[in-house]
Amino acid sequence: MLYGYGSQIWAGTLATCLLTVLTLLFSIIIGMIGALCKLSPNPLLRLPFTGYTTLIRSVPDLVIMLLVFYNLQELINFICAWAGWAQYQMDAFSAGVTTLSFIYGAYMTETFRGAIQSVPKGQLEAGYATGMTPLTVFRLILLPQLIRFALPGLNNNLQVIIKATALVSIIGLLDIVTVTQQAGRSTQQLFFFNLVAAGIYLCMTAVSLIVLSWLDRRYSAGVREVRL
Amino acid sequence: MSEILERYWQAYLGFGIPITGLAMTIWILLLAVLFGTVLAIPMAIWRCSSNRWVSMPVRIYTFVFRGTPLYVQLLLVYTGLFSLSVVRQTPLLATFFRDGFNCVILAFTINTCAYMTEVLAGAIRAIPHGEIEAAQAFGFSRFRLYTKIILPSAFRRALPFYSNEVILVLHSTSLAFTATVPELLKVARDVNSATFNSLPAFGIAAILYAALAMVLVALFRKAEKKWLGFLKPATH
Repeated sequence: MLYGYGSQIWAGTLATCLLTVLTLLFSIIIGMIGALCKLSPNPLLRLPFTGYTTLIRSVPDLVIMLLVFYNLQELINFICAWAGWAQYQMDAFSAGVTTLSFIYGAYMTETFRGAIQSVPKGQLEAGYATGMTPLTVFRLILLPQLIRFALPGLNNNLQVIIKATALVSIIGLLDIVTVTQQAGRSTQQLFFFNLVAAGIYLCMTAVSLIVLSWLDRRYSAGVREVRL
Repeated sequence: MSEILERYWQAYLGFGIPITGLAMTIWILLLAVLFGTVLAIPMAIWRCSSNRWVSMPVRIYTFVFRGTPLYVQLLLVYTGLFSLSVVRQTPLLATFFRDGFNCVILAFTINTCAYMTEVLAGAIRAIPHGEIEAAQAFGFSRFRLYTKIILPSAFRRALPFYSNEVILVLHSTSLAFTATVPELLKVARDVNSATFNSLPAFGIAAILYAALAMVLVALFRKAEKKWLGFLKPATH
């Protein structure tokens, strides 16, 4: 049915899924750190992250991707030479994860910043008043509540990340797009294989929507919805 | 950096004949946004229809085109459609789809129209029902109801989300080089392969994109102040 390209397409799909999951994970970590820094009263922490989010969000993903992709290796070489380590050759997959996480970390920073600001301040103060350490306040009070506020933004970002993984084929990763293009060219069935690629992406976004709506219901338990 | 700027600044801006670079980026943006908006108006009205047979096809359309990457859609139009023998054997279609620029405009229009339809439909749903009832009580015809009450109000309410979408289209114009359209990123790639100096080559493009995005944001902020003032919280 897939002209014998089934296993390759499956491998490409797995690569895209892995790329999405890793990007999501790393961008959430960057976003959480960035949001906490951006809300800090210390300008040395705040200003770099403000610059980072403004810059990344005003330049197209693809341009940043090419910019990082072509310069990351040089940066790594520079660091290795400086620290006296052995040279490390970046492969396309880790370059893809790094650039995508770097880009979507900025979007996550904004999502989490908004979510943290939505948690009533009195809650945190109450935590401190009962003698909790900042880490305990974050873990027990801020985090469970901020997830609920962050989920709609997180959902949007995840949708965008899934679609942005299609761009990594431009920097030479064997993902769904590359594999289906190769298959289409050699079998002269480009239209069919493009449709296959679109269908796989559609399945991925649909699954992510279902998972996120389940999470949303879980974290909104006990919150009454506004009904108009 | 300054050497590259000196040698290639005209190529980056590209206001010549034929246009390339930044000028091409702006041209793609204008066409895609214009066609997308014009098509999104009837789509959004159908999307809000209470008749499922009318709203369901539009819903499926927006789900499919918002759920798949624009890059894949562009490839489908640019490489996929042209590989069909039906398209190649019809002279009109063949000349249309042979040109990368037409494919880019078509793919971008269909894609942004899906997002704009949802934005506009959301704005239509956000209109207070009393406004529509008042118009009906005055005996407005359906056409007048839409042109005088619903669409002006929906456009204003949609403005903040609409501006987001326009910025997103600007960002996606950087994909056009994959269909051989000589826009800003294509120029940057050419400069990169001519000079092997990737940081300034792509950096200049990044700065130009950011500048254009900021001009657009400033324009939309102005528009919001003018047309969305009535939704601001009262200050006195």
